[in-house]
Amino acid sequence: MTLAVFFGCTFIAFGPALSLFLFTIARDPLRIIILIAGAFFWLVSLLLSSLIWFIAVKASDPRDEALQRGLLIFGVMFSVLLQEAFRFLYYKLLRKAIEGLVALSEDGCSPISIQQMAYVAGVGFGLMSGAFSMINLLADALGPGTVGIHGDSQLYFLTSAFMTMVLIFLHTFWGILFFHGCENRRWWEIAAVVLMHLAVSGSTFWNPLYVGSLVPSYLLMAAAAVWAYLLSGGSAQNLRRFLLCSQSGASPQLAS
Amino acid sequence: MTELSAHLPQFQHGQLTENFPDNHLSNTNDNSERRRHDNSERRRNDNPGSETNGQPQNNIQQVVEDEEEDEELTLKYGAKHVIMLFVPVTLCMVVVVATIKSVSFYTRKDGQLIYTPFTEETETIGQRALNSILNAAIMISVIIVMTILLVVLYKYRCYKVIHGWLIISSLLLLFFFSFIYLGEVFKTYNVAMDYITVALMIWNFGVVGMICIHWKGPLRLQQAYLIMISALMALVFIKYLPEWTAWLILAVISVYDLVAVLCPKGPLRMLVETAQERNETLFPALIYSSTMVWLVNMAEEDPEAQRKASKNSTYDKQANQTQNGDAEPDDGGFSQEWQQQRDNRIGPIESTPESRAAVQALPSNSQTSEDPEERGVKLGLGDFIFYSVLVGKASATASGDWNTTLACFVAILIGLCLTLLLLAIFKKALPALPISITFGLVFYFATDNLVQPFMDQLAFHQFYI
Repeated sequence: MTLAVFFGCTFIAFGPALSLFLFTIARDPLRIIILIAGAFFWLVSLLLSSLIWFIAVKASDPRDEALQRGLLIFGVMFSVLLQEAFRFLYYKLLRKAIEGLVALSEDGCSPISIQQMAYVAGVGFGLMSGAFSMINLLADALGPGTVGIHGDSQLYFLTSAFMTMVLIFLHTFWGILFFHGCENRRWWEIAAVVLMHLAVSGSTFWNPLYVGSLVPSYLLMAAAAVWAYLLSGGSAQNLRRFLLCSQSGASPQLAS
Repeated sequence: MTELSAHLPQFQHGQLTENFPDNHLSNTNDNSERRRHDNSERRRNDNPGSETNGQPQNNIQQVVEDEEEDEELTLKYGAKHVIMLFVPVTLCMVVVVATIKSVSFYTRKDGQLIYTPFTEETETIGQRALNSILNAAIMISVIIVMTILLVVLYKYRCYKVIHGWLIISSLLLLFFFSFIYLGEVFKTYNVAMDYITVALMIWNFGVVGMICIHWKGPLRLQQAYLIMISALMALVFIKYLPEWTAWLILAVISVYDLVAVLCPKGPLRMLVETAQERNETLFPALIYSSTMVWLVNMAEEDPEAQRKASKNSTYDKQANQTQNGDAEPDDGGFSQEWQQQRDNRIGPIESTPESRAAVQALPSNSQTSEDPEERGVKLGLGDFIFYSVLVGKASATASGDWNTTLACFVAILIGLCLTLLLLAIFKKALPALPISITFGLVFYFATDNLVQPFMDQLAFHQFYI
């Protein structure tokens, strides 16, 4: 416990997201608004799924452990589906917003593209999801205590932080994939996002067998990263040029 | 009306309380008024609200085009202005939440305000509900009475009385409440401090605050002071309002805000209309403003202009000043801001019927010297206070703790965003409380009762959604 654990876990979980925010989102007011609205949509989806779970729990026997666990698993799956549904709703809203921005702009093009919005929306979903998972844990990590004193895993905080980080990244990539699928009418991309989300959440049912949850999640994240990069216009040549350019000191062009 | 009734201090039990709630007038009339002034300049009308110029509205085509241009411009710097309000609101909430979490004084029950005389420590739930309803009713009636009193004072031009109130209330906040706050922070962190140092610190803090808020000072410093006094006021409310009463008051005040600003006979609306008739801005002393007004055109040869120019130069630093009624007795009721804007656009012309006719005859493209990016947004301090009360109460009393706080925070920001969007669409004075507080309350109760058990179970099993 103590301050070291607190800061360590905070930066593991939120460090990458925070740098993404600082470098790509914080400068542009419109992106900040899209981020907060994305967080809001995720929150609403969570609210609705908690409502369903709450009703189910209240209607059931609280002493039956297996049933409660089953209901929780059902709650998790339902929440995943609802999150993706709200991601779709958010896509619809952003589409309308882009039309509005285009109509009101001087030169007939929107100040922000749908791909940028997809990225920011993904970060918004991810940040809110990560915050809700992690913040109470961090607050507890600041106080006194011993992790796993009752026989649970001692790596609880650390693995939670890593899981949060991977989820934030995944949400970002899923945002890009999902919006791209909606834009270009490729339903299999959307289905892939939903299935990946279900898979990642499902893999956490193996916890505290962390190798069963963290490893698949990170593999899926790598796959989603590559896929999102390719969809955003990246390629192996771009990557090489980027790396070589940065070695020679020239600043690379940002895609989209 | 919102900003005005904000400054009524009440002595009671040796503790000073102030009635700030009415500060929540939206996004100001000033902003929308300014926009209206800008629009009106382009439409070649002096003041859309008054009928004193008698110039018929021609060029409907031009008006429509200008309106579209206005809409585009409004939306264009709409995003920027939303962020300009997000930042101070976030800062205020962060200060309040940080204080609540660390300084236990503000979560300790030490009695109640005189406005909420009924206790909530009752035996039955029904009794508690009844008491909290009565408390909220008393508080709201006090607010209504003071709002009406202020509208009456404003209508009968008792500016001195209102200024006196403003000064006394900021004095109390800057000196007395911050002294208590400082004392409690020292107690929390067990810092040994002597009275002489404290006196020096509070004296400096208070005097600089009074100067910044009521006179002139660097914009950022003034904004910081406004945020600090809002946070202090919010902390007082969080401490002295019992739970159910606080939530009820928040709900009722949003309804009151809605009614008072939008109904034709609402006190706030009457105040706005009176201010429009007199072509003056409303009392800016308790409004948070996000930018300064830049002076672009200054003519030197006209002695009238020189006098106005010297007055206007005091505005370079801040756009947030009270009307110094005694400083310029013959300004004809025009506030300096309005005069300055007018000077920017059309040169220093004293406003007479003849000059107004001449102005309307000017071509409309001579007005765009003022940079639209520099037009700021304004939000009443009462809005800051009630947002922070909601988030502070959420962090103080919620079982979901940080989740609930975060949810309320996001809800309030989204409400503010929607309010600003509506302001951009409707271009008139709007209440800033209803949407945000509604979202905030909904999310508070929903997160605390529904999401919190769910997240708790998920964290227990380490499932991730």
